[in-house]
Amino acid sequence: MHKDNQPLIFEITKAGRIGYSLPELDVPEIDLSSHLSGGLLREESPELPEVSELDIMRHYTALSNRNHGVDTGFYPLGSCTMKYNPKINEAVARFPGFANIHPLQDESTVQGAMEMMYDLQEHLEEITGMDEVTLQPAAGAHGEWTALMMIRAFHEANGESHRTKVLVPDSAHGTNPASATVAGFDTVTVKSNEFGLVDIEDLQSKVGPDTAALMLTNPNTLGLFEEDILQMAEIVHGVGGKLYYDGANLNAVMAKARPGDMGFDAVHLNLHKTFTGPHGGGGPGSGPVGVTKELAPFLPKPILVKEDDRYTFKYDVPQSIGRVKPFYGNFGIYLRAYTYIRSMGPDGLKAVTENAVLNANYMMRRLEPYFDLPYKQHCKHEFVLSGRRQKKLGVRTLDMAKRLLDFGFHPPTIYFPLNVEEAIMIEPTETESKETLDSFIDTMIQIAKEAEENPEIVQEAPHTTVINRLDETKAARQPVLRYIKEEELVNA
Amino acid sequence: MKHRYIPMTDTDRDEMLSAIGIATVDELFEDIPEKVRFKGELNIKPAKSESSLTKELARLAAKNADARTYASFLGAGVYDHYKPIIVDHVISRSEFYTAYTPYQPEISQGELQAIFEFQTMICELTGMDISNSSMYDGGTALAEAGTMAAGHTRRTKILVSETVHPEARDVVVSYAAGQFIDVLTIPQKDGVTDVASLEELLDDNTAAVLVQYPNFFGQVEDIQKIGDITHDKGGLLVVSANPLALGVLTPPGKLGADITVGDAQPFGISEQFGGPHCGYFATTKKLMRKMPGRLVGETTDGEGRRGYVLTLQAREQHIRRDKATSNICSNQALNALAASVAMTALGKAGTKEIAYQNIAKTAYAKSMLEKAGFEVKYGGVHFNEIVVALKKPVKEVNAKLLEKGFIGGYDLGLTYPELSNHVLIAVTEQRTKEEIDALVQEMEAIHA
Repeated sequence: MHKDNQPLIFEITKAGRIGYSLPELDVPEIDLSSHLSGGLLREESPELPEVSELDIMRHYTALSNRNHGVDTGFYPLGSCTMKYNPKINEAVARFPGFANIHPLQDESTVQGAMEMMYDLQEHLEEITGMDEVTLQPAAGAHGEWTALMMIRAFHEANGESHRTKVLVPDSAHGTNPASATVAGFDTVTVKSNEFGLVDIEDLQSKVGPDTAALMLTNPNTLGLFEEDILQMAEIVHGVGGKLYYDGANLNAVMAKARPGDMGFDAVHLNLHKTFTGPHGGGGPGSGPVGVTKELAPFLPKPILVKEDDRYTFKYDVPQSIGRVKPFYGNFGIYLRAYTYIRSMGPDGLKAVTENAVLNANYMMRRLEPYFDLPYKQHCKHEFVLSGRRQKKLGVRTLDMAKRLLDFGFHPPTIYFPLNVEEAIMIEPTETESKETLDSFIDTMIQIAKEAEENPEIVQEAPHTTVINRLDETKAARQPVLRYIKEEELVNA
Repeated sequence: MKHRYIPMTDTDRDEMLSAIGIATVDELFEDIPEKVRFKGELNIKPAKSESSLTKELARLAAKNADARTYASFLGAGVYDHYKPIIVDHVISRSEFYTAYTPYQPEISQGELQAIFEFQTMICELTGMDISNSSMYDGGTALAEAGTMAAGHTRRTKILVSETVHPEARDVVVSYAAGQFIDVLTIPQKDGVTDVASLEELLDDNTAAVLVQYPNFFGQVEDIQKIGDITHDKGGLLVVSANPLALGVLTPPGKLGADITVGDAQPFGISEQFGGPHCGYFATTKKLMRKMPGRLVGETTDGEGRRGYVLTLQAREQHIRRDKATSNICSNQALNALAASVAMTALGKAGTKEIAYQNIAKTAYAKSMLEKAGFEVKYGGVHFNEIVVALKKPVKEVNAKLLEKGFIGGYDLGLTYPELSNHVLIAVTEQRTKEEIDALVQEMEAIHA
């Protein structure tokens, strides 16, 4: 990686160059200005790049060289499950019979696609222990909102529209309270206890006749299994509320414990995490929702059904919350997840969980002497350290994260969950080898030593990246959110 | 068990267990209460090898009629357009597709810069000031525009034109229900939004008017007029625009749009049975801090070098939690990259040329259909779709067309009862004169 700026594509543009190949028009020409009369014809062309095909490839290759992915190196980003993205998934998603089919084609011409969807739904029902699954939600947060809307519709159908409160533990993902708000609920925060688990007394004191649901990640964002889950289910169900499972951490319990068996009424999955749909630099994701029979009448429509040997979409679903997305969800992503599940099989998925959890515990125990470990019990697929000890030496968690960049590692998730000071949240996943884990552990130990002996080198990190720490305050105070030509800037 | 995605060996396991101080992996799961511990094996299909699974899924894919084998005249929001081959080469670089959200800017400059360029291209096409880094799709982007307008104006009513994509309208209704916002439909007249009805429905509690450009019937609406009427009552104009059409159409930003959304699928993104596609969301400087989704901004490092970061994050769920303006987290970053590459390849000249070809080919198809005696409904300005009246049910006609190698148009009777036996035909630049002629000929034969 060289440190020179990579010019913006607009800065390497040269009038007259092209990067496309369209066929000659084989129908009569038309007069655009008369076809688009009355001010509809665009006066000035959009200032898009003018570059050759090689210019494009070099530009994006240079950009890719300034980017770190799982294929580049270890990526222990807590709660994000940055596991290997299998290449067969990419090949399958590009088969013309999957990539080039239109969502509004007659059902008889897309039976293969619908068969895959149906089979995937059944696989996800078995994995989660839920009765019905919809593939429509486009991502985890979208799934959360979808399920909450269903819970709201369920309560309203029972004449209980006074159930306006959604309970969320203080360690929850930020999307949980945000989804509750956009589904029309008020959020009530439930405290964690000294062991990092939901404080049962606090939960007991906060449930009541206005409780719509409790949203829970299990294991939670500290990587700890909520051992009192059955008691919590009893408390929430006891007041007439529903239990919602945030599936972000399913990689910790697949084939070991199922949300349906724990008493959950609704669950969303992040297929781009546990089931290897790639993260794509932030998306696209896929966030199917599974529910119990009781909530099933409220599923978004259309519902995919199998009648004899034919698959069909059912639109006549009177109690449905409606559509949550045009068409049928992110087909291309859940097709990758399906391919992954079929590559792993039942024993493979069990091995995934066992190895993900073993890797996390190994790292946690080896790092325990060098960093504060707020919760000492075995973890599941991830664990959270605190940088308190190093902070006293003037080295913050942010500094250590930046120092990791110098060694070619993507840092862990930091400053989350919010209930741990200077949090460092590490999730290794099962696809990493012991050698990789050891190399990361040794680096963390070295950084802990540097914090004691040579703090500047950590505080001033990174030293080897294409760019140093960026001025985020400036970015927010004087937002520059698009490129503007220099001469236009001068005129402005 | 051994699996190519899992590198653990027996020796590794023994060493790791001993470092932890336990004897078996099972001990790590003892915190799961006995009662909920899953015993036995999941009842799912057994694992398949790479080659046998590839074969099985290839056979499944081959059961579908795809737009490479058939000549498709189906659009209705998802289009078969020229996809520069270079798009797949760029998005297959795994530094892009195996990365997470660029939270560590020092090692994510590639993704951040690519998205900054995407934001710029969307601003250029739409004529808006600010674009975010993407939304799930055009439908949810439109829905979020509606709820954002309601939040900003503190009003609780949204008007949606009947000429907006029916599935997008459904999504608007679902999202609005979440926040107790009423949605009313403005009826269509002659294939465009009925302005008289709009004036009747519009009141001081109307947060926004949502229209589509070109609309679901392929007609180019007078959005300036709709905007003027809306603004007079203090509402916002939200335009859902096909970005490919903006190569030749006056951009919504010049016609008074406060928010412009849409789907970038026409630029380099495969149909994929409806997703993933790529919503975009653009607005004015004034509304910048109200907009949902991630934004990339330019800044500098300690040595004054230019760089890019995620910015204005105080709007977002991970900071604001229950006060956030939207719950969106994952977006469609990789597809925004694909769209950027396609927009770059087409560039300034190509976006105009491709949009022009769509209009010319559709005009040709229209004239040939009329010559053959078909009624082409609505006399307004079309882009790449037309509404054609048939004398037989669309399903029946399409079934016969399929036998001849065509994927027919969208059956409008499914969502507009008054338009039964009417088909929405899309003619993109991908369709040749020969294919258009053959389609018209077959349609004639079916009706003979």
